[in-house]
Amino acid sequence: MAGFVGRRLLSVVAIVWAMTVLVFGIVHLLPGSVAHMILGEFATADAIATLERRLGLNDPLWLQYWRWFSALLRGDFGLSLTMDRPAGPLILEALGRSAILAGISIVLVALLGMALGIHSAVKRGSVEDQVLTIAQYVFIAIPEFFWCILAILLFASWLGWLPATGYTPMGEGGVLRWASHLVLPVATLALGLTAHVSRMVRSSMLEALDSHYVLAARAKGMPERVVLWRHALPNALLPAITVLAIDVGLLIGGIVVAETVFSYPGLGRLLIYAIENQDLPLMMGGMIVVTAAYALANLVADLLYALLNPRIRYGGAA
Amino acid sequence: MSGVALARPGRRWPASLVVGGAVVGVIALLAILGPWIAPYPPEEFAVLDRLRPPSAAHWFGTDEFGRDVFSRVLAGAHYSLLMGFGATGLSLLVGVPLGMLAAFHRGWVEEAVMRGVDLLISIPPVLLGLLILATTDPGLGKTVAAVGLVYVPIMTRLSRAVALGLLAEDFVDAARARADGMVRILWSEILPNAWSPIIVETALRITFAILLGSALSFLGLGPQPPASEWGLMIAESRPFIEEAPWIGLMPGLCLCALLVAVNMVGEGLRDLLDPRMRGRGHG
Repeated sequence: MAGFVGRRLLSVVAIVWAMTVLVFGIVHLLPGSVAHMILGEFATADAIATLERRLGLNDPLWLQYWRWFSALLRGDFGLSLTMDRPAGPLILEALGRSAILAGISIVLVALLGMALGIHSAVKRGSVEDQVLTIAQYVFIAIPEFFWCILAILLFASWLGWLPATGYTPMGEGGVLRWASHLVLPVATLALGLTAHVSRMVRSSMLEALDSHYVLAARAKGMPERVVLWRHALPNALLPAITVLAIDVGLLIGGIVVAETVFSYPGLGRLLIYAIENQDLPLMMGGMIVVTAAYALANLVADLLYALLNPRIRYGGAA
Repeated sequence: MSGVALARPGRRWPASLVVGGAVVGVIALLAILGPWIAPYPPEEFAVLDRLRPPSAAHWFGTDEFGRDVFSRVLAGAHYSLLMGFGATGLSLLVGVPLGMLAAFHRGWVEEAVMRGVDLLISIPPVLLGLLILATTDPGLGKTVAAVGLVYVPIMTRLSRAVALGLLAEDFVDAARARADGMVRILWSEILPNAWSPIIVETALRITFAILLGSALSFLGLGPQPPASEWGLMIAESRPFIEEAPWIGLMPGLCLCALLVAVNMVGEGLRDLLDPRMRGRGHG
């Protein structure tokens, strides 16, 4: 197990490093000078030359990469071009707020998705199961940003129950004000993913319920409750973990959209801001941090999978 | 292409395939006929008719410039279709040959391709799209390319797995014994037998490709105004959401209809081509 964890940790490091090369390469190798991109189309040749000198853009690429990369290793993300503040703290602050959104959403999705999926499978063919199945079908296909618009229209504009946009730190407006800004983003993020997870749990639960070991348990005269919780469920949970890991990728996409619509000051909003304003240090740093967070989430999923599945001893092929 | 499997006699077409296919067909037809049947030019301003609710004259109402929303939705239909089908087509075009090449040439070629795939798969899809679109001027072609690139690793992995299985078959040994070259073996022995699983996976990916493409457009990284891409229309409608909700709701509902229909086609195709998976969800 220790060897497996070590290997997976190493691959996280490799992924993040490769991403630094990719991000740097795409930003610096594409046609058009970086200084030109930062200063915009009305920049004078003088201004471009000055900025190129200031940022060291005339040095060889490998030297520029090394300067940026070694600074990253020291935790220095450079200076945000538009805000004139170090990008690192900005990114970390935003990451914290996004992590709250992501954490609440994924826990909600896991609990709701499993509950609905198990319920559907146990009541196979019933009216409830059919309604849930159709709902899953539709909810998987509806884009988050459309949910966001509908949610703002219904709960903020017409009913006036919740604030449509913004964020209040817990210290300023109290827990309730803080939470009120989270309700709509979390709800819109959770809808589609819950449909996805519950669909997967339903199908793996059905498979487990049709298996020989469940038949054997029933034939032994075990109470249905025990059959369900001790025999079927543990086997049905493994695919659910894989789906949850896939959904973290979708969740990151959703968070970028939801934070933009609800003006929630998280990492997704910050990335879009950096892209819109050509704030390269902020954008590059943000992308590295998101990749690292995603790689770590996948690592956690792999470890959970290995812990729950005693058959997996992960030899050479992981 | 899919004709081989689809033409198999005695197999009933799943209802979801028929219904979803019909809806996608109608939307595609409307997208093609759009320029002729649109009641108004989609980019024509009419300041006197700003923010009119849906009526007989303007079925979907008008937007903040007095443009007819119905005409704009019609004119925008081809964007979503292109993003869905173009991007998955692109991922097929790149991913399938790469995967087959990796399966045929074990050793360093396979190692290089698959490590590249591992890397691309470990980047969150939206981030890969943002990375490409952030550094260049946005546009329809770039969005299609970015979304396509996101799905290349999935197609590569799948076609490698399928090809590996097929390469162990006797008919491949026969072809090798005839001294057929790599291209010939892959083209006439492997590819015809590999289509079923690849088509199923492709069909299921189209939904996600449209979702990702329209989300990127919504964020302003797709076709640029005055284009009437549906995600972009929804984004532009946000300041008027209370005053004139129809500007965003109408393209949104059309997008949802298209996505649900495409998803039904995907699931239907899987039921048809891969009966083992019937009634099961996908990951």
